[in-house]
Amino acid sequence: MYRWFHQLGSPPTFYKWSGQWLPWLTFVCITLFVVGLYGGLVYAPADYLQKDSFRIIYVHVPAAWMSMFVYVVMAFSGAIALIWHIKLSEIMMLSSASIGASFTFIALITGSIWGKPTWGTWWEWGDARLLSELLLLFLYIGIIGLYSAIEDKRKAAEAVSILALVGIVNIPIIHYSVIFLNTLHQGPTVSKFDSPSIETSMLIPLLIMALAFKLFYIIVLLMRSRNELLWRERRSQWVRNIIKGTGNV
Amino acid sequence: MYEFLHMGGYGGYIWSAYGITAIVLTLSIVLPIIQSRKNHKRIEHMLEQEQD
Repeated sequence: MYRWFHQLGSPPTFYKWSGQWLPWLTFVCITLFVVGLYGGLVYAPADYLQKDSFRIIYVHVPAAWMSMFVYVVMAFSGAIALIWHIKLSEIMMLSSASIGASFTFIALITGSIWGKPTWGTWWEWGDARLLSELLLLFLYIGIIGLYSAIEDKRKAAEAVSILALVGIVNIPIIHYSVIFLNTLHQGPTVSKFDSPSIETSMLIPLLIMALAFKLFYIIVLLMRSRNELLWRERRSQWVRNIIKGTGNV
Repeated sequence: MYEFLHMGGYGGYIWSAYGITAIVLTLSIVLPIIQSRKNHKRIEHMLEQEQD
């Protein structure tokens, strides 16, 4: 197990392995998106209270879940990079930041669009869920900005890891804000496992979309990590072999 | 078809939410692909210069 892990952490092995997996992941991801979109937009019945407007849930909730999930992955990769100086985990942390920011942006915008017909307002400054999610977007942007602002990239990666770790306190705040704090935002629909307050025909497309978003993240993470890895290792023999097309990674 | 696009009067909200999501996700995929091509060209160029 350790050996397998160690091998995967070696740049050429990671590059080769991820290149083999990407087409399959992309195929499964597209299939999930097609099925999930059909389920969400056509198959699921309209909500008795929110009518058809609830269908925004199928992009809003997966994006919001991923905005938090990616942050946790990013902060852990940062911690591993800080402690063990593993190059690949540093790269994964950096590659996660921009896609995490994209998911957060989607969650905020679609939430705002959903808020208009449901609450009668695009945005509410007093709402804890909305503010903590906005803070998450600023954290992602801050991390991207901080990394590009510091010349010495080793120091930059360290600073970014620390910022990511500090910012992780925001994640439980986002999650519990709808339970403990007074907000406009509705409570959780799915995570009450014993009795989820959502119809099965509505829930299944949501879970499929959530899986599609998760695969999407993995695909983008692999693509970005491969780019960064190839560039950082551009002087090494294995990169030469790839560029020259001699195949042997 | 009209009914599907109309979404019981919420069409504007739903399609703009899905449209923005599609744009952001497409960009997230396209940008790394462009970056990858750029990297390959730059490294190829670097290797050519070495040979001279």
